[in-house]
Amino acid sequence: MIAYLCQRLAWALLVLVGISGIVFVVVHLSGDPAALYMGPEGTREDYQLLRSALGFDRPLPEQYGLFLWRAARGDFGRSLRHRQPTLPLVLARFPATLALTAAAMLLAVLLALPLGLLSAIRRKSVLDAGSMMFALAGQCMPTFWLGILLILIFAVQLRWLPVYGGDSASAIVLPAVTLGVWAMARTARITRSSMLDVLPQDFLRTARAKGLGEWAVMLRHALRNCAIPIVTALGLELGNLLGGAVITEAVFAYPGIGRLAVEAVINKDVPLIEAVVLTVGAAVLLLNILVDLVYVALDPRVRLA
Amino acid sequence: MPERRARSLGILRASAGARVGAAILVVIGLCAAVPQLLAPIDPTEQRLLARFTPPLSRSADGTFAVLGTDQLGRDILSRLIFGARTSSLIGFAAVLIAGITGTVLGLLAGVRGGVWDHAVMRLADMQLAFPFILLAITVIGILGPSIRNLILVVGFANWAAYARVVRAETLAVRERPFVEAARSLGLTLPHLVARHILPNVSASLMVVATFGIAGAILAEAGLSFLGLGVPVAIPSWGGMLAEGRQYVDTRYWLALFPGAALFMTVMAINLVGDTLRDAFDPYLHVRRSLDQL
Repeated sequence: MIAYLCQRLAWALLVLVGISGIVFVVVHLSGDPAALYMGPEGTREDYQLLRSALGFDRPLPEQYGLFLWRAARGDFGRSLRHRQPTLPLVLARFPATLALTAAAMLLAVLLALPLGLLSAIRRKSVLDAGSMMFALAGQCMPTFWLGILLILIFAVQLRWLPVYGGDSASAIVLPAVTLGVWAMARTARITRSSMLDVLPQDFLRTARAKGLGEWAVMLRHALRNCAIPIVTALGLELGNLLGGAVITEAVFAYPGIGRLAVEAVINKDVPLIEAVVLTVGAAVLLLNILVDLVYVALDPRVRLA
Repeated sequence: MPERRARSLGILRASAGARVGAAILVVIGLCAAVPQLLAPIDPTEQRLLARFTPPLSRSADGTFAVLGTDQLGRDILSRLIFGARTSSLIGFAAVLIAGITGTVLGLLAGVRGGVWDHAVMRLADMQLAFPFILLAITVIGILGPSIRNLILVVGFANWAAYARVVRAETLAVRERPFVEAARSLGLTLPHLVARHILPNVSASLMVVATFGIAGAILAEAGLSFLGLGVPVAIPSWGGMLAEGRQYVDTRYWLALFPGAALFMTVMAINLVGDTLRDAFDPYLHVRRSLDQL
């Protein structure tokens, strides 16, 4: 168990180093990184000063080594725009995005499981066709368009829910629906197909023969055996949700990490971009490891080695 | 092979969803191929007198706008039609890059095996473990938005799915008797790959590529929506949505139609893709015929 965890953490670290390498290469591909830091209004003396102060005049491998060494200690430099260390900026935005992701995930699970379950049980019924149509539509829906439609219907026309303002609890509803629909659609389809694989199996007949009620058979015996594919899908969705938050937050002007990322990119705030990419990346990789640990709890046959 | 093709065509004919999807794709394809023949007017022509004309009405300067006009008086239908060309171009080009990169790496992993296999698959894991959009906005944000950068980023970020499919199919095909026979006849490796392995993985590749085009079009629109995709001067659905978002409270049509075009295109590709997958997946036939018993 401990050995497995160490192996996974080492792998996650390797992925992060790879990602940091890509970001480093891209920043240097853009031409002169010192010019990115400087902006158009600096003088030639300022430029030379900045270049040597930030170490851009050193050989590339040395620069990358220094970058990694600093990043390992949580030091991604100072934000060019906000004029303060980047890591606290990123961490301050994290709770809002985590809340949004969690709400979206909760919504996805609460809708997807019953939809998938019911359409598998009532296969080829109107309910099945309807909910699978709904799921297909959800998967084809561009996030940003769905967000705009929801704003148009619920905030502009009906005036039920606020569009902007992250303070009130109801302000999270529209963004969470927008972000969660894709994961909901996918999970509903996976729940249905794995239920269809489980339904004809013998142990369900045994459970019925014992005299268990149909709901107990479905929930305790059938759905439980679909847990692994569903959790796998949801685990993969976690990464997508954190990534998808970038667009959702842009639509709703939601004050999370995705908006920080877009602002950083538009302002060419290189240290902030690096900090956001590596922090969110680390969060996604850690969540993936957690999902793997959930397998052990769900299925006693799974041995981590 | 002919028998398989007939079967797939039979299924294409049978499914209503796929037929609707194919019809939509034909229309989109026509728009992408000859937009100048289909568009009512020049999509970049600004007419300040005709700003914000609602759909199905005549604007102040007397022209009729089927889907209305935007904040600069540009005709939305014309922009949608030219936007189809932008989306298709980027979708196809990105899938081509992803498909070629993925196929080469997948073949390398499947045919060579050993260290190569290990390296390619770990690289694919790495790619799949990381949220694409974060890397995409970083790369495009720093290198600058352009159609070329967009194609390169969306293309190179999606090779992993192709590599996995090609590798899996290659491993399965490699052990089959006809490949062994070809090898024992002294065929060289490139010949073996070209004549025996590639034709066998092409069906699966086609299915992955079909869904890949939908993904690439969505990614392009998402990045354009963030202002990091197609430059503003070129009509694109994502860019139109981004502009329309500012007026959503009073002029709904600016954002409604480009989103609908995007949704319908992706839906159509998915419907056709589902049918292709059903047609090419041999296991599904077994399951389907068991159902009918």
